[in-house]
Amino acid sequence: MNPFNTFRAILTRDLLRFTQQRARFFSALVRPLLWLFVFSVGFRNAFDLGTIPPYDAPVPYDTYILAGLIGMIQLFNGMQNSLSMVYDREMGSMRLLMTAPWPRWFLLGARLLSGTIVSLFQVYGFLLIAAIFGFDVPLLGSLVLLPVLLMTGLMLGALGMVLAARIEQLENFAGVMNFVIFPMFFASSALYPLGQLEASSQILHWIALVNPFTWAVELIRHSLYFSLFWEAAGLVLGFAVLFSVLAVLGYAPKQGGSATTKRSPSERSTA
Amino acid sequence: MLKVSQLSFAYNGIAALDNVTLAVERGKVAALLGPNGAGKSTLMSIITGQFAAKSGHVTIDGRDVARQRPQALKATGIVFQSPTLDLDLTVAQNLSYFGGLQGMTPGGALESATPWLDRFELAERRNDKVRILSGGQRRRVEIIRALLHDPKLLLLDEPTTGLDVPTRQSIVRLVHELAAEKQVSVLWATHLVDEVYETDDLVVLQNGRVIDTGLCTDVMDRMGKSDLAAIAGGSGPTDQLAGRTS
Repeated sequence: MNPFNTFRAILTRDLLRFTQQRARFFSALVRPLLWLFVFSVGFRNAFDLGTIPPYDAPVPYDTYILAGLIGMIQLFNGMQNSLSMVYDREMGSMRLLMTAPWPRWFLLGARLLSGTIVSLFQVYGFLLIAAIFGFDVPLLGSLVLLPVLLMTGLMLGALGMVLAARIEQLENFAGVMNFVIFPMFFASSALYPLGQLEASSQILHWIALVNPFTWAVELIRHSLYFSLFWEAAGLVLGFAVLFSVLAVLGYAPKQGGSATTKRSPSERSTA
Repeated sequence: MLKVSQLSFAYNGIAALDNVTLAVERGKVAALLGPNGAGKSTLMSIITGQFAAKSGHVTIDGRDVARQRPQALKATGIVFQSPTLDLDLTVAQNLSYFGGLQGMTPGGALESATPWLDRFELAERRNDKVRILSGGQRRRVEIIRALLHDPKLLLLDEPTTGLDVPTRQSIVRLVHELAAEKQVSVLWATHLVDEVYETDDLVVLQNGRVIDTGLCTDVMDRMGKSDLAAIAGGSGPTDQLAGRTS
């Protein structure tokens, strides 16, 4: 029994499913590219961001938004994984995983890391296309980014797992889109700098500060330009650990209580 | 091989299992017979560590499931009531995935599966997607999957649900054959009396309680064939049970 074989099996399955689901594959790439090619180009001349860290010169909007879109890919991938876990639970595959002869934390951790690795393919595919079309992609910074993407991917994936453990039915997943993904993305520094948010709205600025996604995006942004942002790294790591612990707790065995009544015939069907 | 002692479990204060005790000896097939809602799936969920009971113990090959879940499950092959195959992967990919979950290499898993695929007449289908297999073929793939890591205990939770009679009979026969050949212990949850062989041990579960247990023929003598069928609530003539030899 080798735990690496178990991780490899989970990763292989995730990669097979990702490449077989062509709609998912293309939407994962098209979504951020659409934002880059349409939204950022459209707003390029409308926003004057000035010189803000980690950039050492006035930053064009399409360069600024790059880190946010990388974060967006990982955010959507984390939520896609959570959708996939809810689907797997309905289809029974989750039972198969959770009855494998390994500790739960290992099985969930393997699934989390596997989903994060899938997101890396999406991120680098996106950066490659952006570079080909002439957007300012720091090539060396993109390589340095790899360990950071693992951290941010694990944090967002673990958040998805926490949600998946709470969502009872696949139909409820639309709520995650409306109440988790979009608020996390828009109330962050993905589209606009924190300083500009503060100048416009104190409340929105505070929301952005407590939004874990903000720190993922800032960590990605600084790492792309070789700037160490320790506070962001600490927060991302802290949130990753917190969400992972909550996810493992969410998948703990269902506890049976003490019987206070015997079953009536109508209640038997629930057992 | 499997020991369940004084197990009780309740959903929101309503008893699903009440002081259940049973044992499955090495190489024996034990049928867990009861109507829908008797608590069979709840019991299977506790045995596989998905549910945690507040009172009682489950041991597999001497390992306590609550405290040594991974070690206990290592000796266990499971076929769930609901199909758990990935429909978009091939038979070989599904088997390789499960082998990996058990810590096996992809090559090792497929090597282990090959004789079973031949025996279960699925060798030609190994590269087909599960989606295009029939219900009976899918179930056979799930049984092969449960056998990949050479388990000592096989847990089957109503594995013939939704299958036609000839397919059900072939699966029942195959499982009894492999129990005898490989000395695998089997706990077979069912509500169909005609899936039980005379030589099987029988545990009759009703309303979360074991109402009788013992060798099938002995239980039948005590309870009466027709009463047993009525309690189980499953279709299938009791004549088949009386006339069956393994």
